[in-house]
Amino acid sequence: MVRDITIGQYYPGKSLLHKMDPRVKIVLTLVFIVVIFLCKNFWSLGLMAAFLFGGICISGVPVKMLLKSLKAILLIIFITALLNLFYATGGKTLLDLGFAKITDKGVYTAIFMTVRISCLITGSSLMTYTTTPTMLTDAIERLLSPLKVFHIQVHTLAMMMTLALRFIPTLIEEIDKIMNAQKARGADLESGNIIDRAKALVPILVPLFVSSFRRAYELAFAMECRCYTGGNNRTRMKQMKLSLLDFGFVLGAAALLAGVILLNHFFVKLI
Amino acid sequence: MGNIIEFENVSFRYEADEEGQVLPLAVKNVTLGIEEGSFVAVLGHNGSGKSTFAKLTNAINIPESGKVTVNGLDTADENNTDEIRRTVGMVFQNPDNQIVATIVEDDVAFGPENLGVEPAEIRKRVDDALKAVNMYEFRNSEPYKLSGGQKQRVAIAGVIAMQTSCIVLDEPTAMLDPNGRKEVLATIKRLNRERAITVVLVTHFMDEAVEADRVVVIDNGEVYMDGTPREVFSRADELIAVGLDVPQATQLAKALNAEGIDIRTDILNEEECIRAVLELLKE
Repeated sequence: MVRDITIGQYYPGKSLLHKMDPRVKIVLTLVFIVVIFLCKNFWSLGLMAAFLFGGICISGVPVKMLLKSLKAILLIIFITALLNLFYATGGKTLLDLGFAKITDKGVYTAIFMTVRISCLITGSSLMTYTTTPTMLTDAIERLLSPLKVFHIQVHTLAMMMTLALRFIPTLIEEIDKIMNAQKARGADLESGNIIDRAKALVPILVPLFVSSFRRAYELAFAMECRCYTGGNNRTRMKQMKLSLLDFGFVLGAAALLAGVILLNHFFVKLI
Repeated sequence: MGNIIEFENVSFRYEADEEGQVLPLAVKNVTLGIEEGSFVAVLGHNGSGKSTFAKLTNAINIPESGKVTVNGLDTADENNTDEIRRTVGMVFQNPDNQIVATIVEDDVAFGPENLGVEPAEIRKRVDDALKAVNMYEFRNSEPYKLSGGQKQRVAIAGVIAMQTSCIVLDEPTAMLDPNGRKEVLATIKRLNRERAITVVLVTHFMDEAVEADRVVVIDNGEVYMDGTPREVFSRADELIAVGLDVPQATQLAKALNAEGIDIRTDILNEEECIRAVLELLKE
């Protein structure tokens, strides 16, 4: 079970989206999220959804995988839709239940919200599906580097993220081993109420912490031996260069934004 | 050729524990030189001080008395630390605790990146180092998917990419299976032969020490024996006295000799043993 965990949720591929500079990808994803909230009617939202669908087609990420990321927040979508269904005021009454009314505006808003949240989640998971965790942390480090002016140690933060990612599989393997060792000595991890089970975790967490500290200590030695002294005077093997492709994507995003503003303007506002 | 690492009367002890009890010396009065380009095995049983010895070579441990110099630079001087670590690279026992990045080639690049090498040059060094340890086709793999021997070879590549002239390996095979041990040992030997990298291999496996040019046996923090593998292993009784084994082939020859059979006792490996026995049978 431990062997096939994936860190993050990268889907390997060679599509244009995979090749996009991760910095641009992060910024454009943020822009995408903002623009989704600028949409005021079905026309502009439809444009966004169409763009997103185009992006999915380019990326080559199977739709099934994207739906899986939606499944996790199905409940949130459902509750949002339900609330909007009853609380939207105005419009024609379709159904009067006595304590609450369902109006046509309510129905539209519920559908609108469902599409909006789905686009939001699909869009951001499309980014994580097409970018490796290493590239993400690298890009975040570079995007945040202006914060150095405020004496925030961006490099240290990025290094911590990289090391955390690196050690997730190692620690999961370790937990597996400790659990088996404790089970072999008769520890009961599965039965009892919540409190019993929480108590049963203590003999797993304590050795895990001890060994993590030992690992951290050894890792620090190893890093020092490889002349690590923090972010100063450090070079990087993998340089990030903006290409024509990235400018193309930025232009596309700008066109999308313009389209949304126009559609908002020419058609009736829904919310 | 001259000595790359020089120990002069070196003693070292670890800091006192919380109860303030002063610990005994972990390394006592060690004087020895490591010749440039040589392959030296440092043997000792657990707690003999061999790991402490290894950590004295690149300024992780600073001697309490005496002096360690690397290419003439004193390890006690903090200004030299950087230069010393560019000369003497180190590989540790647990491969999991020395790999930094989530992708093999990024990890190999970590050292040169720290040294501030140009990106194009790093790329060249990383490719070269991965080829040198036969891990080039795994350059885009995730380290946790590799076997122990492969991880340890990645760690070695990380040192090679820094272009250190000496590698100190602190029990690099202790956590590996027999296949992993073979892979790592073959890599070390090849690097020593083909690239003239000085190798100091700290180990408690006799069959690994046999492969070296020189064997230094450490017991109780002191140099107990120092010589070629043949010299050292022919003194089997003394080795056993300090809790070490001798290679099985040597043991067999000794036992035969004790039974009154006239066989050489400086046999190191199975092949030599077979040859000696065959010769005896012919007679």
